[in-house]
Amino acid sequence: MNTDIKNDVARDTTAAPAINMIGTRAMLFEAPGDFTMAHQRRVWALMDAAQARPDVLELIPGVTNLMLIFSAPPERPQAVAEWLCHAWNTLPERHIEGHLFEIGVRYGGALGEDLEAVCAHSGLSAQDVISIHHGSEYTVCAIGSAPGFGYLHGLDPRIATPRKTVPSLNMQAGTVIIGGMQAGISALTGPNGWNSIGFTDLRLFDPHKQPPALFAVGDRIRFYPESIEL
Amino acid sequence: MITILETSALNTVQDLGRPGYRNLGVGTSGAMDALALQVGNILLGNQIDDACIELQTYPFVLRFDAPATFAVTGIDALIELDGRTVLPWMVETAAAGQVLRIGPPKAGARGYICLAGGIEVPVVLGSRSTQLRGSFGGLDGRPLEAGDTLGTTGTTLDIAGYGALPPASALDAVAEAQDSKVIHLRALPATDYALFTPEAQKRLWETAWRITPQSNRVGYRLSGTPLELRHRVELRSYGVIAGLVQVPPAGEPIVQLADANTVGGYPRIATVIEADLWRLAQARIGMRIRLHECSFAEGVAAMQPVNAYLDDLRTLVARYRSSARCRAGMKSGAKA
Repeated sequence: MNTDIKNDVARDTTAAPAINMIGTRAMLFEAPGDFTMAHQRRVWALMDAAQARPDVLELIPGVTNLMLIFSAPPERPQAVAEWLCHAWNTLPERHIEGHLFEIGVRYGGALGEDLEAVCAHSGLSAQDVISIHHGSEYTVCAIGSAPGFGYLHGLDPRIATPRKTVPSLNMQAGTVIIGGMQAGISALTGPNGWNSIGFTDLRLFDPHKQPPALFAVGDRIRFYPESIEL
Repeated sequence: MITILETSALNTVQDLGRPGYRNLGVGTSGAMDALALQVGNILLGNQIDDACIELQTYPFVLRFDAPATFAVTGIDALIELDGRTVLPWMVETAAAGQVLRIGPPKAGARGYICLAGGIEVPVVLGSRSTQLRGSFGGLDGRPLEAGDTLGTTGTTLDIAGYGALPPASALDAVAEAQDSKVIHLRALPATDYALFTPEAQKRLWETAWRITPQSNRVGYRLSGTPLELRHRVELRSYGVIAGLVQVPPAGEPIVQLADANTVGGYPRIATVIEADLWRLAQARIGMRIRLHECSFAEGVAAMQPVNAYLDDLRTLVARYRSSARCRAGMKSGAKA
């Protein structure tokens, strides 16, 4: 298959988005295709456009999807769905020039105790896992689950590791984690099913700050090793 | 001011919630039974989103350190003011030093102690609701403990002794309750409904799902014959709202509620309509719920009786208060 066809498929407007009402006041738009930054940038463009709609109360950008929460049930959901489809097919990708965060990580040790599991799954040494982890630049795709938690895109597939079958019961806020193909930093202390590989003192959310969340969608993150404990 | 004398786990300060921050991962929180809170606030002449104490565990005992007019809504329970029985859904005035004791509910699960003027805690991100996961809002972001004090406005109303017909009596359920242990709720099929087997789809509507002890303000875990997908799916994280019914791999559904995470990843089979969420909030562990499929139009129309009930209550409260003032020889038009 040549690359031209592949590009056509990526922009194929016949691969229709899935749009569904969730109850009477929310609508979920799901983009067709893979989880790529190109798709995510189109979701951000859609988010920007939807923000301007007077009937929208809240928006929840997800991973290649967007939930619209309306102030009242839409009179004609079909009309909103058509508007979304049109916007999806016509809007250009939205490039966000986010902040760059350089974050020091204390890799391994008790607060990164799943490093071994990541090594076992990837077949790589701890040193390799650590250098691969801080060798990539990550992008904040969406914020959610817990206050201030950012879903990071950019994890090297070599160290992607499935979520744990038994979650850690009391993972510390600030734990540097891997869940499947996603990376992140835990925002709250509590149960967590992602694999811990290190720790940072960064506080991701402070309700009394403006803005309360440290990360915003489109921000970029680079990790560097502050220390390594194997 | 009020002082909490006795409480057990997970009683919190709540208002109508904190919309507008889900894009930062902050769930809405807020009263599980938003209708009961609104009734309390209307009875007391409050702002509709004034904060109250939401009770989930009993007994709960507080002392009024200043005179206060109050109403307990949401439940039917033995409620005593210095040992004198007072009725739920009724406006009462307490003198300074009086002790209010609320026993376990005879009906309902979540009680709302509403005070004239509301509970005074700082507004954080636009709301007084306790955000338990984020540890902010309400009283220092945590459940109430014995010895805690909460600020009140010291407002007392000149007229008390009137009340509201509880929603459970005023509003018809979707199906006739033949068994008081089964709660009937309307729901719309959601995004992944078609991914479930025809048998699972049928079973969703026909099962009397039991509410398990793993149920709380985040969501209710239901128990029943598991619902199978036609084939396994791996979903990307998407936005979650209260009422969403998800099916984790084990096949027993979860209904997301007021403290739900802002995003989730399990298949979505249905959404309980907004008009019926208060019924779910008042369902107790061990009770069963039956879901009834409804259309989008039916789901929207279902809010009409709820809104009409609240509008009628507003009118009745205003009329009662002005006529009671007349009879008492008070000037009409005085502060409501």
